[in-house]
Amino acid sequence: METVAFFYFAAVIVLTAVLVVAFRNPIYSVIALLVMFFHVAGLFVTLHAEFLAAVQIVVYAGAILVLYLFVVMLLNLKQDDSYQRQVGWGIGLGIVGLAEMIYLVLSAQVGNSPAIGTAALQASASPKVAAIVTRGNTEAIGYMLYTKYLFPFEVASLILLVAMIGAILLAKKGVLGMKEP
Amino acid sequence: MVPLSYYMVLSAIVFLTGFVGVLIRRNIIILLLSIELMLNATNINFVAFSHYLNDVSGQVFVFFTLTVAAAEVAVGLAIIIALYRGKATVNVEDLNLMKW
Repeated sequence: METVAFFYFAAVIVLTAVLVVAFRNPIYSVIALLVMFFHVAGLFVTLHAEFLAAVQIVVYAGAILVLYLFVVMLLNLKQDDSYQRQVGWGIGLGIVGLAEMIYLVLSAQVGNSPAIGTAALQASASPKVAAIVTRGNTEAIGYMLYTKYLFPFEVASLILLVAMIGAILLAKKGVLGMKEP
Repeated sequence: MVPLSYYMVLSAIVFLTGFVGVLIRRNIIILLLSIELMLNATNINFVAFSHYLNDVSGQVFVFFTLTVAAAEVAVGLAIIIALYRGKATVNVEDLNLMKW
């Protein structure tokens, strides 16, 4: 059951990821990315990361992609957007990189399978963390976020503040020394 | 139980799709979408390792990745709008000047 779910989600994720790059019309690309985000959220649910699945749908599908659609429609783009001239080089580099990564993953698994085996990994996890996991996904993430990762959490809020100020300033008219049309 | 390496291969495929997209597309909005693909590939890896290691830290890092992605989208789209006002194009081959 879990294997079937994984292969369904993986197939749709790969297909829509390729479609995002392949579509000529930016609106179709954004819709394909929307489908991909929903299936990544499904994959997170099968991995027992329910909080992140919800956040994935709310933040990515609800906020980020709506922003993309808004800008694509605001700019009213023409559809004659073609690929770069070096498209063959790009795809060739991607295939070489993919072969390299698959080779690395397979050789690591064959070489020292006990280190990658899940039993050894779960045994090495600290008992305190395991006790947190049994309490529930959202509680565990909140606990980690406000104890061990408190300072990165504050830095993340600062990043959001800087991004908000930057976006407001950049999107204003007459910024960057440009003349008013 | 799905082996961990399957998740790593899936993540590699999605990441390289985004990489190829950055290389071959000329529309700057699709370039940003390809960066989103790469960030999501790392998220899949983080969550898979978090599940198999039985450690919540990976999911906390996905949370931070999400923050950075949101900030990147806000600033990137603002830059695109500012560029479009100045040059009336989103083709990266036309955006080759430091100043205009």
